[in-house]
Amino acid sequence: MDKDVPRAHHDLGGAPKFMCEPVDVEPHALTDFDKEVDGLSGVLRMKRLMTVDEMRRGIEAIPEDDYHRLSYYRRWMRSITDNLLRKGVITEAELRAALERV
Amino acid sequence: MAALAPGAAVRVRDDWPETRGPVHIRTPHYLRGMRGTVVRRLGAFANPEDLAFARPAAELALYHVAFEQPAVWREGRPGDELLVEIYEPWLEPA
Repeated sequence: MDKDVPRAHHDLGGAPKFMCEPVDVEPHALTDFDKEVDGLSGVLRMKRLMTVDEMRRGIEAIPEDDYHRLSYYRRWMRSITDNLLRKGVITEAELRAALERV
Repeated sequence: MAALAPGAAVRVRDDWPETRGPVHIRTPHYLRGMRGTVVRRLGAFANPEDLAFARPAAELALYHVAFEQPAVWREGRPGDELLVEIYEPWLEPA
């Protein structure tokens, strides 16, 4: 694939930029954070507060620099936060207050 | 479009909605405009392009479509194939 196409930055398959980098195939240990985010996304889907498609849209909307900097589950968390704010499930003030308690 | 039969020659639409605003697209960029062959119909599923924005979503036919890998990525041996799930509106007769 060497066409110069207007692909979205998350649409990485066959992108020349990544073809020369070896793929990291080592198993990754999940952190407690990773497991909590995974559980949270499951609860939100079961309660019909967020579809998997909405979560993917939110991940794809992360600006390119942040997208490549963030870990897999940090991308999920960023999208979950975006979706819950967007739908009014949580407010900016509640989010800020919760972060101050951490 | 009528249901596509296994073996039907198709082309993936050479369309780039990502240049026109926020979208969620399940058709990878490297297949746009490529010719492939329908392998099987997988069923009908609510359109993820609408579900992603919490819009009412019509059910669309989803197909397994095979592509010759060397033509897509300019690597691989003749006979190497990619098998990709593609929603019907992205396919046109080839």
